[in-house]
Amino acid sequence: MSMDRRQFLKIAGLSTIGIGAGWILSRPGEFLEASQFLQTKEFLKAKQWAMVVDMRKFKTEEDYKKVIDACHKIHNVPDFGNPKDEIKWIWSDTFEHAFPGQESEFMPEQMKHKPFVLLCNHCENPPCVRVCPTKATFKRKDGITMQDPHRCIGCRYCMAACPFGARSFNYRDPKPAIKEPNPEYPTRMIGVVEKCTFCEERLAKGQMPACVEASNGALAFGDISDPNSEVRKILNANYTIRRKAELGTRPSVYYILDIPTSVVSGGESNA
Amino acid sequence: MYDGGKILIGIIIFVLFVTFPFYNNAGKVSAKPEPKLDTPVIQQLAEKKCVEPKEFMKAEHMQLLDDWRDSAIREGKRVYINSEGKEFRISLQNTCMNCHSNKKEFCDKCHNYVAVKPYCWTCHIEPKEKQL
Amino acid sequence: MLEKALVGSKRYWTWIFFLLGVVGIGFITYLQQFKLGLGITGLSRDVSWGLYIGQFTFLVGVAASAVMLVIPYYLHDFKKFSKIVILGEFLAVSAVTMCILFIFVDMGQPMRIMNVMLHPTPNSVMFWDSVVLGGYLGLNIIIGWATLHADKKGTMPAAWVKPLIYLSIPWAVSIHTVTAFLYAGLPGRHFWLSAIMAARFLASAFAGGPALLIILALIVRKFTKFDPGKEAIQAIGKIVTYAMIANVFFLLLEIFTAAYSTIPGHTHPFKYLYFGLEGHARLVPLMWTSSILAIVSLVLLIFPAIRRNESMLALACISLFVSLWIDKGFGLIIGGFVPNMFEKVTEYWPTLPETIITISVWAVGFLVLTILYKVAVSVREETAGVELEH
Repeated sequence: MSMDRRQFLKIAGLSTIGIGAGWILSRPGEFLEASQFLQTKEFLKAKQWAMVVDMRKFKTEEDYKKVIDACHKIHNVPDFGNPKDEIKWIWSDTFEHAFPGQESEFMPEQMKHKPFVLLCNHCENPPCVRVCPTKATFKRKDGITMQDPHRCIGCRYCMAACPFGARSFNYRDPKPAIKEPNPEYPTRMIGVVEKCTFCEERLAKGQMPACVEASNGALAFGDISDPNSEVRKILNANYTIRRKAELGTRPSVYYILDIPTSVVSGGESNA
Repeated sequence: MYDGGKILIGIIIFVLFVTFPFYNNAGKVSAKPEPKLDTPVIQQLAEKKCVEPKEFMKAEHMQLLDDWRDSAIREGKRVYINSEGKEFRISLQNTCMNCHSNKKEFCDKCHNYVAVKPYCWTCHIEPKEKQL
Repeated sequence: MLEKALVGSKRYWTWIFFLLGVVGIGFITYLQQFKLGLGITGLSRDVSWGLYIGQFTFLVGVAASAVMLVIPYYLHDFKKFSKIVILGEFLAVSAVTMCILFIFVDMGQPMRIMNVMLHPTPNSVMFWDSVVLGGYLGLNIIIGWATLHADKKGTMPAAWVKPLIYLSIPWAVSIHTVTAFLYAGLPGRHFWLSAIMAARFLASAFAGGPALLIILALIVRKFTKFDPGKEAIQAIGKIVTYAMIANVFFLLLEIFTAAYSTIPGHTHPFKYLYFGLEGHARLVPLMWTSSILAIVSLVLLIFPAIRRNESMLALACISLFVSLWIDKGFGLIIGGFVPNMFEKVTEYWPTLPETIITISVWAVGFLVLTILYKVAVSVREETAGVELEH
C-alpha cells in the first residue's frame, strides 16, 4: 500500500490523538469502595429558605450593627476602607434606595430616613444563576442561592445580572483587610465574587443564620414552602413587601414596614 | 545545509538552556522530606489514624480534598464516611488542620521539596502553630 | 505562507517592533494587575464592568463586519470584492483575538478560564458567547488561509471551504446577537433591557467594521503595491452609510422610548450620559463628542459627491469609527451601571494601568492584523493581474 506524505501525517496525527484520548479515558478511577458523603445529622432541611425582616424591631444603630457584624465577623468579610472595593454581605440603606421607585415625597419623614437591612434575596428565579457561565453560583435544593468560590472565574456577569446589588467582588487580596479572622471559616481569594449564603454552613449544624441569631427576633427565618413555619405564619398575619418584586425574580426576603402610629387614624398602630 | 553555522549555534544554545536545571543542581543533595506528626492533637489521639490510611493519603490527598470541597460546597454534604466506616467532618481548616496544625513541618515539607504551591491557602486560613 | 511576514521593509519592521514594545509594556502592567487585582482599575462594586468589557463588545462588532464583504461576494457574485474579502476575514481574526484578550484581562481568575468549557452551562449567554466567538475565530482563520493559499497557487479552494463560508454568514450575525444578549436579558438594568439591543449592535457593527476596513484598505494601497480597488472601496462606503443611518435611527428609537415614557429606570442612564445626574457628569463631554462625530460622518457619507472623494470618505470613516468606539466601547457599558441598583451614582473612569493594558491589547490586535495583511498583500502582489476564482 503506498501513501503520500500528507496521508501519512493525517493518519499519524489521528492515531496519536486517538491513543492519547483512549489512554486518558481508560485510567481507572481511584475511589475507595466504602467511602460515602452524607449530610450532617443536624442538617436543617427546607424547600425554600426565606427571611422576614421586621423593620419595627430595628430601632437603634446598635440593632443594625450587631446583625451586620455577626455576619461579617464569622465569615471573614474584609474591610478595605473605601467604597470602591467594598465587600458587604449584609448592610443597610434607606427606603428610596432599598425600594427605588416606591418612595414618595410626602411619605412620613421617619420612614424616609429609617435604614432597611439589605442582603441577597436568594430569589427563587435568580438571574445571577441564569447567567453564570460555570455554575459557580447555583441554586441548592433548599432554595439557597449558593456561591462556589473555587469555581468562580471572576467574570462578574452575576454582578451585572443581580437587580439588587447584593454581590461584591474581591478587587484586592482580602486577607490583609480582615482584622480578626475567624479560624473556623475560610476567606475568599482575590478575583472572585462573594455574597450572603444564608449561613448554609450553620444550617448544616442545625443553627440559625448568624444575623437571625443576633437580631433578637427582628429577623425571622424559615422554610416558606412549609405552611407551619414561623415565616409563613408571620407572612399570613402581616403585610410585607419585597424589593423589585415586579421583575419576577421571586425574592425570598420579605419586609414588614415600620409605619408610624400617628399616621394611622383611630390611634391603632400596626405594631 | 544552508545557514549551517547559525543552526548549529542555535541548537547548542537550546541544549544548554534545556539542560540548565540538571547541571545547575548537580552535586547538590536535597534531604528527603520528613513531615512531622508530633502535634498536640495527634499526640492525644488514642488511635493514630488519619481520615484514610497513610499510603492512600500520601498519593491521593489532593483528590480527596477536591472531592471534599465539591461535596461540602456544591452538595452541602459535610459528613465523610471513610473506608472503615468512621465519620469525619469535611473541613480542611477544622478537621485536617486540627490534627496537622503544624503546616510548616508537615504540609510544607513535601510541597517545598517537589516545588508545589497548592492554592488552598489563598482562601483557607492556616492554623496558628501551637507551641509544643 | 506565514514566511511572507518575515520579509519586509525597514518601515515594516519598525512598525512590528514598535507594536511589540507596546505589547511588552502592557504585559508588564498586566502582571501588576494579576498580582494586585482588578482594584488597580477604575472598577468598583457598583460599576463592575468598564473599559475592558466595553472594548470587547465593540470589537465583536468589528469582527462580525466581515460578513458585509462575504455576503455580496459569495452570495451575490459581486466580483468587485474578490480581492478584498480576505482583508475582511483577516480583520475578523484580529478583532476576535482582541476580544478574547480583553475578556482574559478582565477576569478575576483568568487561570480558571477552562471552567467555562469544563462545566458548560447552556442557560448562560456568556457560555454561548465563548462558543460562538471561538468558532468564528476558527472559521475565519481556516477560510482566510484556505482561500488565500488557493489564490497563491492559482487554483480553486478545496470543496470543503464553500460550506464553511456559507456557515460563516449566519455565524457572524450570531456572534454579535449573542453578545447583545449578554446585556438585553438582565432584568434589573433598564438601559440595556431592550429588544433592539441586538439590532443596534448589528447596525453599529456593520457601520464601524467596514469603516475600519476602508481606512485599512486605503493604508494598504498607500504602503503596498496592492490596490483593493476604488470601486470596491466605494461599495463598502455605501454599506457603511446605510448601516450608520440604521444605527443612529435605532439609538434615536431608544431615546424616544426613554424620553416619552419618562420612566426613571429608562431616563436616568441617558440623563447621566448626556446631561449628568445629581451633579455627576464625567461622561457628558465624551458622549456629545460621539454624537457630533456621528452627525459629521453621516453628513460626509450621505451625499454621494462627498463620499466619492476618497479623502472625505476616509475622514467620514475615522469620524464614524471614533464615534462608535466611544458609544459602544464605553458609554453603553457605563450607562448600564449608572445609576446603580439603588438609584445612586458611582462614577467610573479608567485608571492609567487599565488604559495601558487596553492600548497594549489593541497593539496585539494590530500586530496580528499587520502579519496577516502582510501575508495577504504579498500573495496579491505575486498574483497581480491574475483573475481570481473562489
